[in-house]
Amino acid sequence: MRAVDALMECLKAEGVDVVFGLPGGANLPTYDAFYDAGIRHILVRHEAGGGHAAEGYAKATGKVGVSLATSGPGATNLITPITDAMMDSVPVVFLTGQVRTELLGTDGFQEADTIGITMPVVKHSFMIQHPLELPRSIHEAFHIARTGRPGPVVVDIPQDLSRAEIPYEPVDDVHLPGYQPTTDGNQKQIRLAAKAMANSRRPVIYAGGGIIAANAAADLTELATSDRFPVTCTVMGLGGFPAPHGQWLGMLGMHGTRTANYAMDEADLIIAIGARFDDRITGKLSEFAPRAKFIHIDVDPAEISKNVAAHIPIVGDAHNILPRLTAEYRALEADPARLEEWWSRIRTWQERHPLSYQDSTTSEIKPQFMIQALYEATGGDAIVTSDVGQHQMWAAQYYHFARPRRWINSGGLGTMGFGLPAAMGAKVGCPDETVVCIAGDGSIQMNMQELATCAQDGIAVKVFIMNNGYLGMVRQWQELFWDKRYSQVDMGQWPDFVKVAEAYGATGMRLTDKRTLVEDMREALATEGPVLVDVRVSREENTYPMIPAGQPARNMVG
Amino acid sequence: MGEPGTKEVLSLDELEAAVGLRTGRKHILSILVENKPGVLTRIAGLFARRGFNIDTLAVGPTDDENLSRITLTLDGAVHPIDQVTKQLHKLVNVLKIRDLAPNETLARELALFKVTADAAARSEIVQLCEIFRARVVDVSKRSLIVEVTGTYDKVEAFEALLRPFGLVEMVRTGEIAISRGRGET
Repeated sequence: MRAVDALMECLKAEGVDVVFGLPGGANLPTYDAFYDAGIRHILVRHEAGGGHAAEGYAKATGKVGVSLATSGPGATNLITPITDAMMDSVPVVFLTGQVRTELLGTDGFQEADTIGITMPVVKHSFMIQHPLELPRSIHEAFHIARTGRPGPVVVDIPQDLSRAEIPYEPVDDVHLPGYQPTTDGNQKQIRLAAKAMANSRRPVIYAGGGIIAANAAADLTELATSDRFPVTCTVMGLGGFPAPHGQWLGMLGMHGTRTANYAMDEADLIIAIGARFDDRITGKLSEFAPRAKFIHIDVDPAEISKNVAAHIPIVGDAHNILPRLTAEYRALEADPARLEEWWSRIRTWQERHPLSYQDSTTSEIKPQFMIQALYEATGGDAIVTSDVGQHQMWAAQYYHFARPRRWINSGGLGTMGFGLPAAMGAKVGCPDETVVCIAGDGSIQMNMQELATCAQDGIAVKVFIMNNGYLGMVRQWQELFWDKRYSQVDMGQWPDFVKVAEAYGATGMRLTDKRTLVEDMREALATEGPVLVDVRVSREENTYPMIPAGQPARNMVG
Repeated sequence: MGEPGTKEVLSLDELEAAVGLRTGRKHILSILVENKPGVLTRIAGLFARRGFNIDTLAVGPTDDENLSRITLTLDGAVHPIDQVTKQLHKLVNVLKIRDLAPNETLARELALFKVTADAAARSEIVQLCEIFRARVVDVSKRSLIVEVTGTYDKVEAFEALLRPFGLVEMVRTGEIAISRGRGET
């Protein structure tokens, strides 16, 4: 059979039920194979939309997402999704077409050095040099993408090789001597960690996206509730611990709760799980958690002691380690009373500094109110994707995620334009769930073309644009740190999103009155097919509280 | 100190973080990689991206045609070596990394020096060559090319002695290294 037909067999063997892509000259053979391969293909309107959709699919389902593009501009349009998947450890296989081998290196039509361009932002990549290599490389790509610390893998396939006839035999093993991720945590280290936890008086569990990736949310709850350990999550880890909950401190970091950040600041022991001490978490690194010792559990050994030196490093998969850590901890029979003082301190912060905002007394919709209304309208259990900016932070603060894989956003790279295609991918992966995208009026315009995909394929995502007519987060920084010199942040009221929705074949709505907001949102959610809702909110609301960049957590403002 | 009433004792004060340290010395990393296209680019790119500076780099085949050996040196005063090796280990084509201990390692580099030398200077240079077990490999009317192998320090010392004669140019391979004894590097 042709190498591309073998490719289809490989995709099926990997359990792929859908791919997101766009054809072009260099991947024509692949598309010919798709014609009767029996794998669902979603025809996106821009490759970046396809890449983010594959990410959304992967994040919502836990399976490997697949995205296709042609050579040259098709592949370069994938750079942002690939980088995004790398930063947030999302398992996606990107299949790119490449010019014929005789044209390689000649600046052929639609030629780009895809492997070279993507090298810094992939977990690994394969350049197919012989058609016989293709099946094995595909399986290796899936294996690398989904195991260890998940991430993006690119497979670049020259057009002529993809047409070659090859004898196909199913591959049922992968052999990668240089890739042996450690998943089993060291027992001695786990025991030591349990002892440290038993002897701490001011512990905090700080969990990141690794909890979600490792499917370890239930294990985390077990560990935390084996005593009264306070828990905070990063923006990537939300849903890893059921909020609201008596031991939940809220999100930490730049726009996290004061309670979570102050607890980190005063902790004597921080148990970091699948988190990487990003600068948005630590603030000024040299003044981060000055009294704390660190247990650091991560599947990627290079994350341990990268930013913050770990006292007890444990390399491995959280789903493997946490139950063992819980068992070790229980065996120590630590006295829960030692945490009384710590909890009374935490309760004081919680009472003094709850998340709050000044609500309007008119019909004006405050952005925070919009998220609360959406929480109510969706019963708090939608899959929520977001773009990047103020709306993302408000969504993270006010939509209390009780389960993993309900909150899908771009945390590491901070990619505007992520939300809509990610929602599309999530809805395709979880057709029975309510999938909502909370977008900014700036962000939505960066991948709005995917509304056409949603309309054509009946992908019923509900997009709620938090429309303040600004690039709001940048405006906020200009207000706070650049003397209110609003430089190039005013987007006005263009375009007319209701008309845009209609032009794309979706339903458009505009909501401006807080008094009927929940009801109106319910109506939008109940409307068939994709819906784009333009929610007009206060123009100059700021996202608080906030750790100003480069400052320690105790200097939070707002 | 087991005050909070647990069966086993451990004071948090006893815990030490012992990583991310700058060792302050030169490190020789011997890296066994798959002999595939782009592997060197992946390593060089990783170093550039993470801000690690390579002092010297030598690449060559091994006794197994599927594998290549990369020997590179870097300054442990500037870089946390454990972070460098952990990042390198993440590359799928990297099979093995040894941070070679100085006292258990034989390291050599080859250098070629082109030196200005008239008839009068020639004999003096040849004498120096004897002391350093260097060889004159090319002679012209007004210059010599000298070949020397040895440790980095020896080559440095030899260069310092040749420089006053008028060093036209110098080419060095960077060190390659092998571990002492029967065990594999």
